[in-house]
Amino acid sequence: MISVQACLDGILLGILFALIAYGMALQWGVMNIINIAQGDLVILGGYIAYFMYLYGIHPAWGVIVAPIIMYFVGVGLYKLVINKVVDRDLFISILATFGISILFMQLMNFAFGADVVLANSGYGTTFLFESAVVLPNSKIFSASISILFAICLVIYMKKSKLGRAIRATAQNARAAKILGVDTEKVYAATFGINAALCGVAGALISITFTIHPYMGLPYTIRSFMIVIVAGLGNLPGVALSGMGLGVFEEFADYILGTEFRIGAVFLLLVLILVYRRFKLSRKREYLK
Amino acid sequence: MNKNLILYAAILVFGITAPFIFPAFKVQLSILCVLIVLALTWNIQGGEMGYNTFGNILFYGLGMYLCASVQVGMFFPLAEWTESGGEKTFVHTPAQFFQGMAVGLVVAAVVPTIVAGLIGYSILGLRGHYFAICTLGLGVAAGEISGGIEIIGAGQGFTTPPFPDVGGLEARGEFFYFLSFMAVVLTFIAVRAIYSTRFKLILNAIRDNEDKAEAMGIQTMKYKIIGWMISAFFCGLAGGIMGGLVGYIDSTDVAFDGREMGVFMVLMAILGGKGTLWGPVIGATVFHIFKEGFWTFFLGWQYVALGVLIVVIVIYFPEGIMGWLREKYPERFGEVVDEADRKAQVELK
Repeated sequence: MISVQACLDGILLGILFALIAYGMALQWGVMNIINIAQGDLVILGGYIAYFMYLYGIHPAWGVIVAPIIMYFVGVGLYKLVINKVVDRDLFISILATFGISILFMQLMNFAFGADVVLANSGYGTTFLFESAVVLPNSKIFSASISILFAICLVIYMKKSKLGRAIRATAQNARAAKILGVDTEKVYAATFGINAALCGVAGALISITFTIHPYMGLPYTIRSFMIVIVAGLGNLPGVALSGMGLGVFEEFADYILGTEFRIGAVFLLLVLILVYRRFKLSRKREYLK
Repeated sequence: MNKNLILYAAILVFGITAPFIFPAFKVQLSILCVLIVLALTWNIQGGEMGYNTFGNILFYGLGMYLCASVQVGMFFPLAEWTESGGEKTFVHTPAQFFQGMAVGLVVAAVVPTIVAGLIGYSILGLRGHYFAICTLGLGVAAGEISGGIEIIGAGQGFTTPPFPDVGGLEARGEFFYFLSFMAVVLTFIAVRAIYSTRFKLILNAIRDNEDKAEAMGIQTMKYKIIGWMISAFFCGLAGGIMGGLVGYIDSTDVAFDGREMGVFMVLMAILGGKGTLWGPVIGATVFHIFKEGFWTFFLGWQYVALGVLIVVIVIYFPEGIMGWLREKYPERFGEVVDEADRKAQVELK
């Protein structure tokens, strides 16, 4: 029964990871940027929901408010910093966003304090299999909201004019520019959408789990890992590997103990990269 | 050449007399020496080889833990030492302390080198940003895992043996200063010796185009691993010294501190100018002065300042001080400048 519990927990958690990873894949594919500050955007979104909870508004409304605020944070960040690293070496973007990550971490620490907090949604719990499996309703809620947002975004990217422009820019930025797409605007919108997705995920995380100013980096690493396992532009793959990662984490937590949970995630990243490197080196290729 | 000799002699004399000229800054000077070592070793990967690593912190932290563990474990049971925490149940005699330190530093330098050699084949096969993220993962994973191991203090940290009772605080400062100064001199001589051989050219070839280097018959993997092992050796040594200097080891805040030391070494090398011999030294010195100055002004806001600093340096100053000097005075760097061409460029502007 423990394994059923861990699997269910892991899948519900993994759906959240997949949502963050989707944002990561979007900006990576379109702008060729790896955003180390991704996790900190998530945590910031979480604090928005937490503050609504503090002021007596039900934190579930954070799912709507957080992405709107985070969209503007993302666009602002793009205008200030990211637009200067878009065409440069990937390492420059990694290091610059690392700086942003440290900055955000510390600013959140000042603004919200270094305590571990959560926004209590008061949704109660569901008991399955004669109380052997305990599922908080908030987890089910957050997973379904994530799926809803992901589906909306996929449809938006397929149907709308901006979505078409984003996809065109991802395929060939230069050609898109020639055909009249304002790529600068598209980049800003992409980064904004990514931040908004992080905001949704953060709000859901603050309802379901806990948030803390320094917890950002693991979320970045998780989403990076999901994207490299699934490949860019492979949405079902992102969803599946997200759930896989969630299940892995729950089992690592259960078998190794909670203190090794984050360590296991980072080690898994190293192992996946090394595995792919050996697989590709047989064909005399390398990860690009 | 003669000019260079005078410069080196002046720096050496300054280094030896510095703790007596600035007795109040002994600890700061020792930290500066450690920072220079870290920047110089990072430059072997990031500057010369083109492999931007966040993972050299792994060797630094490993060296720190190993040195302290050996120093304690040689004479007393390690588990009881860490269990007693701050309260000292065991006291090192001076002879034990120095013997332990000497053996500890050797172990702290050698074991990370072996580790680098063992993991090098797998990790260095990755390229570009995959390498960067993978090494970032390695550093954080090491911190998280060492924070869960009981015998080296787990979450509550590990107190290194206190300096024995010979000469008090002054002697302690001088001892650690000269230790770290020796490490800098050793590292600088080693790095300089490496940079004057074919090895450096091979590293540069790997940076410029690894596939072509391989096609030219260079066993790139071998040289990459050797380069990483050299880095690991000096990183471990620096870690061991720093552990003794700080006197307290925490898994994520002191040893595997990717958020501070791990970024500092990248930043210092970039600030000074990566891919140059003197760049990291200058970068580390400027960075340390800046950091200490601003840390006191911005007390509490230092990480905010650090974040802004990283963004500004990376975006607006990626060539560093040496790169800027090179653009300004190309003749000094042995570049032949065609005067007519230069004039034409100035007129165009």
